Amino acid sequence: MLRCSSPSEVFRLAKLQISHVSVNYAGTSGRSTLALSDINLALDPGDFVVALGASGCGKTTLLSCIAGFMTPSQGEIVLGGKRVAGPGAERGVVFQKHALMPWLDVTENVAFGLRMRGVPKAERTRIAHDKLRRVGLEKFANYPVYQISGGMQQRVGLARALASDPEVMLMDEPLGALDALTREQQQELILELWWQTRKMFFFITHSVEEALFLATELIVMTPSPGRIAHRYRVDFGRRFIETRNARAVKADPEFIRLREEILQLIHSAPGSLEAAAA
Amino acid sequence: MSTPVPDVVRSAEAPEQPQPVPTTKGYSIPGEGRSTLISIVTVFGLLLLWWVATHYGWIRDIFLPTPEKIFTSFGEAWRGEIQGGKPLSEHFWWSLFRVFAAFLFACVTAVPIGIAMGVSRIARGIFDPPIEFYRPLPPLAYLPLIVIWFGIDETAKIVLIYLACFAPLAMAARAGVRSVTIEQINAAYSMGASKWQVIFHVIIPAALPEILTGMRIGIGFGWTTLVAAEMVAATVGLGQMVLNASNFLRTDVVIMGILVIGGVAYAFDLLMRYVERLLVPWKGKA
Repeated sequence: MLRCSSPSEVFRLAKLQISHVSVNYAGTSGRSTLALSDINLALDPGDFVVALGASGCGKTTLLSCIAGFMTPSQGEIVLGGKRVAGPGAERGVVFQKHALMPWLDVTENVAFGLRMRGVPKAERTRIAHDKLRRVGLEKFANYPVYQISGGMQQRVGLARALASDPEVMLMDEPLGALDALTREQQQELILELWWQTRKMFFFITHSVEEALFLATELIVMTPSPGRIAHRYRVDFGRRFIETRNARAVKADPEFIRLREEILQLIHSAPGSLEAAAA
Repeated sequence: MSTPVPDVVRSAEAPEQPQPVPTTKGYSIPGEGRSTLISIVTVFGLLLLWWVATHYGWIRDIFLPTPEKIFTSFGEAWRGEIQGGKPLSEHFWWSLFRVFAAFLFACVTAVPIGIAMGVSRIARGIFDPPIEFYRPLPPLAYLPLIVIWFGIDETAKIVLIYLACFAPLAMAARAGVRSVTIEQINAAYSMGASKWQVIFHVIIPAALPEILTGMRIGIGFGWTTLVAAEMVAATVGLGQMVLNASNFLRTDVVIMGILVIGGVAYAFDLLMRYVERLLVPWKGKA
């Protein structure tokens, strides 16, 4: 099962470097809000960074900056030697909801980006079907997106982001709107996709358990100003890939200890009244 | 032939039939339930009231003729035996032509302008004041001006109906642009779409349900304005036919003409609803 990339392959893949990024929102009556303060973060191919924190800690702002939906007030984000300026197909984004196009069917949704970039129809349909197979939706290729369940819609969102073959996958609470059972299945699917593609994943969540399960690097963010308070290197995702036993991984004493430790951190952080639960 | 099993034996051996569970409903919410039957009863009730009121002399014939008379006048009009001497079909086709010419012209201009207003602050700044100024004006108020500018032939009539259709259509297209979500736009950008591609492949399809609603409202305004448009120097048209009949106190022809205009407008609305189901099956579902 384990598949190691050769050194040359690693070299070919790009690296994501976030240096001294601050975001200052203009507020009303001259006041401004410091949403992010001096964020530094580096991602190599195969890294799975999970940003965890209470509402308002700036994790979505950080994702927006990487995606290019927002320009940092200070600092820069460099991907593969190129400075990020605006959105681009080398950074795929998966949203929490409301992001599919209901006038297109499942395949057309997945092929949307390829169509925008002028890929011929036969080729983009082939790619779309391949990505749909990877997320287990090949049977639903011709369904309207409003006739499939919320979990399936999120998998269409995953397939769509993968279809552009991006260097980085950016996920903004993609499982936040799903029920607990579907959510656990999707976590395993996301780990599979990460392991198969060896891309950089940047994932936002409120759930400590989800963060620990998925991450290779877990960053705990705290609000006002938004900054990275703690970093953890973990490998529960890899353990899942080796054992295919999510329950065992999540029941590991080490997993539980870390979960409690991080929950404690979040609850004791200043301004964390609405802090997340696992 | 097999011997029939005695009834007594069968009922004794058969497993006890499960009692059917009675169905239930949720606690009633104000306004729920179907109203079709009530509507049908209302329509027939009104027709009956009409028949009784006219046959028993409650209302004079000149104010409200009997239903049969309306039917007869429909036949007369069909054969062109009313004042003016033109058959109903000719009135009908001319009115249809005026409304549809104006409506189509409104669609091809108002929809792009409305979308431009939604996606560009410059277009919004330019078109907002004139549209918002003339929109609440009654068409009869600016009809004299249109006659001065465009004369009394077809152009003036079509322009008047066009203006009536334009504003609701432009407003609908502009509002429709708002129905796209920021996530849909950002998703398209992050898949490599350009600004123009976002407008054509994301914003316009997302606005389509509202545009179609605007078309329904727009054509409704068009029919409403038809009679006003045909008040000036028209020799043919449903509105003209009604006005002309009123000059001769032919109340039956007036009512018949009103029913025809209403019927056509309703038929077109049904057609638009069908087009809506065909083009935007996702409406209200996503």
